[in-house]
Amino acid sequence: MQLTLEFGGGLELLCESVKIHSVNVDPQVGEEKLTMKDLLSWVRANLIKERPEMFMKGDSVRPGVLVLVNDCDWELSGQLDTTLEEKDVIVFISTLHGG
Amino acid sequence: MGEAEVKPKKAGPVQCSICSQRRAALKRPKTLEQICRECFYAVFEEEIHRVVVDNQLFKPGERIAIGASGGKDSTVLAYVLSELNRRHNYGLDLFLLSVDEGITGYRDDSLETVKRNEIQYGLPLKVVSYKDLYGWTMDEIVKMIGLKNNCTFCGVFRRQALDRGAAMLKVDKLATGHNADDIAETVLLNILRGDIARLSRCTSIITGEDGPIPRCKPFKYTYEKEIVIYPYSFLQNLNRIYTYAYFKRLDYFSTECIYSPNAYRGFAREFIKDLERIRPRAILDIIRSGEKFRISTSAKMPEQGTCERCGYISSQKWCKACVLLEGLNRGLPKLGIGRTRGLNNGLECDTKQSNGVKNIQSKQCGTLDF
Repeated sequence: MQLTLEFGGGLELLCESVKIHSVNVDPQVGEEKLTMKDLLSWVRANLIKERPEMFMKGDSVRPGVLVLVNDCDWELSGQLDTTLEEKDVIVFISTLHGG
Repeated sequence: MGEAEVKPKKAGPVQCSICSQRRAALKRPKTLEQICRECFYAVFEEEIHRVVVDNQLFKPGERIAIGASGGKDSTVLAYVLSELNRRHNYGLDLFLLSVDEGITGYRDDSLETVKRNEIQYGLPLKVVSYKDLYGWTMDEIVKMIGLKNNCTFCGVFRRQALDRGAAMLKVDKLATGHNADDIAETVLLNILRGDIARLSRCTSIITGEDGPIPRCKPFKYTYEKEIVIYPYSFLQNLNRIYTYAYFKRLDYFSTECIYSPNAYRGFAREFIKDLERIRPRAILDIIRSGEKFRISTSAKMPEQGTCERCGYISSQKWCKACVLLEGLNRGLPKLGIGRTRGLNNGLECDTKQSNGVKNIQSKQCGTLDF
């Protein structure tokens, strides 16, 4: 599944200062859908190069990291349970950083 | 990304609870309302207008400096204040005021952002530097004292630098970008270190009215989440309204200060964010608790005087900046660090509000002075 991921507000520093990543992520074997929960563990394993604790806490993003799925606050689409589709755009912005 | 490409999630698009027409794009932490982007701009700006009016933050004809670090809060503040000033005829002369601490690779870059803001918003910019004011850059200070206590220097110097810059601009007031999350965090920090004097004033929306330059915090009730989303929404609109893009696009700087982390504030910050996730109103409630503290009349409060050396407000014979500077110039940089105020000993670096320093988990050298 083709997805565009964008990291901002300082989070890009955790993935080699690259803000926009075009990635291919597939649902886990035996699963039909790809959820945000799956995506987060994929990101942690594949994109985050340092200090993963700045991005995640438990199986979700760290409190203070905003997530937008297709321009929409993920709190409206079910957070970790949000189902992703082909060509979705997911944005992660840290609010923990910068005055 | 253009609007056409946006597709609602399968879970079913939520309608905006204000206009009932467009798809909701955001859940407001303050009210839990689910609202669309257009209604968000409107309520975000209107609420700040209400705060400005209800608290009489400004008077017509005043000259106002906006403490501008190039970070998200001050960038959004500069944009919103200049918008509201136009829209509601506040009659203010607005200026951007930045402090150059002299941190290579950090402040020089964020100052570039402020210089772009100067052009984008048409606001005159004044930059005051530690080098000019004190004869030392932060780089030079760190070279001399190392990475311990450097945030104390940076914080003390910045507070004074902003006042001096404001005096040079001959402004009536200084507006800073402190948001609700920052203030809740500071309430907790002041409780944690038993700083009763700061606890009693850190929630005031206007401070220093008895001093030379009062300061105000128009974002006192504004959640950080909304401040971060606000400029981001404009970025997302770029393709759609590209003619306005250059002006509407709020660009801000978010790279960490290169000098050591401020662990103590970082913990308070993380705690606030954890609370927010469980119950977003906690942030406003902590501010409210801070406002309602009544200091017992038997508590000893420091008396405010002026520094014998430079004339700046001080509760001691010399102000903190002069003591630190004396230490630097005499080659005794420990002077003024970890001094004699009983329990405060040793906490100095970690607890100083305007610490200069951070890693991703704490605030950066912005305008964090209370």
